[in-house]
Amino acid sequence: MDRIRLTLFVPLLICIALGAFLFSSLGKDPQELPSALVGQPFPEFVLEELNDPQRQLSTADFRGDSENGQVILVNIWATWCFACRIEHPYLNGLAEQGVAIIGLNYKDNRILAKEWLVERGNPYQFNIFDPRGTLGIDLGVYGAPETYLVDAQGIIRHRRVGVVDERIWNKEFRDLYKQLVDEANDQ
Amino acid sequence: MINKFGLLFLLLISCDLIAGVDVVDFSDETLRPRYQQLVQELRCPKCQNQNLADSNSPISIDLRRQVQLLLEEGKSNAEIKTYLSDRYSDFILYRPQVKQNTWALWLAPIVLLLIGLLILVRILKRQKITVVEKAPVNPQDQERLRELLKNTNGDAK
Repeated sequence: MDRIRLTLFVPLLICIALGAFLFSSLGKDPQELPSALVGQPFPEFVLEELNDPQRQLSTADFRGDSENGQVILVNIWATWCFACRIEHPYLNGLAEQGVAIIGLNYKDNRILAKEWLVERGNPYQFNIFDPRGTLGIDLGVYGAPETYLVDAQGIIRHRRVGVVDERIWNKEFRDLYKQLVDEANDQ
Repeated sequence: MINKFGLLFLLLISCDLIAGVDVVDFSDETLRPRYQQLVQELRCPKCQNQNLADSNSPISIDLRRQVQLLLEEGKSNAEIKTYLSDRYSDFILYRPQVKQNTWALWLAPIVLLLIGLLILVRILKRQKITVVEKAPVNPQDQERLRELLKNTNGDAK
């Protein structure tokens, strides 16, 4: 009799377990994809610079002036992307603080993109012009804005899909960025 | 008369077919069925629950073109899937590969089926026992039953 009575609780236990599982999934963003490229080198590319079509860019340009390379943010943006307007002033602020940001102008119109940078300020060291989204596919981009933190060795260390604002920067980027900059300086 | 209606019906269907098919040119027509199969099996990264074939979001259009290009380059289906999952993670595969972290996914149906069968067997066993227990033991009932059986035997003959 006791055994039968205990088995009556099994459906209740299953219910509780299922409830706990579903509840824990509630807060997750279904739009957020697991990133395949974190820990991988930034994909190789050869593309024109946005303002200077004569200049061919590649991952070698990420090093900047420094011999050992620099820690950078690669920000995917476009003039058709509404959220990029919201993000742009914060990027301007980061650039003023000395964060090296490289733009990836994604599937955009060159003239409109140049106007945008004149109007809203240019936080980027340079802009990769990717009108067909080929580098976008290699990065696994599925929407703008996206931001990648790339270390001095050219390895992608973090990816953020969506707007980077102060809250996201402090939560996801700031500490890792500092750590990577320190590592780069130690070498 | 039926032919006219039949024709009308075919016309109505054909609109739907035209709407659903991309205009894709292949150098080799044998690539087309593979292309169709791949875009059915690959998932649009932006729109959650649509495959590349059904979605018209810009990223799906780009990825369909990329699949086409890779097919033309002579890549195998497996190579194309790896190419895309290397960039967009396993999310993009509607048919997940059998790997360590997908064992649960692949084995769960079998395990659940076995559990169900086990429960079914137990219930059936228990029922058999209760039937035996509830069989009439009253001598009067047994007598009546014997009478009835005798009668039916007589009728049959």
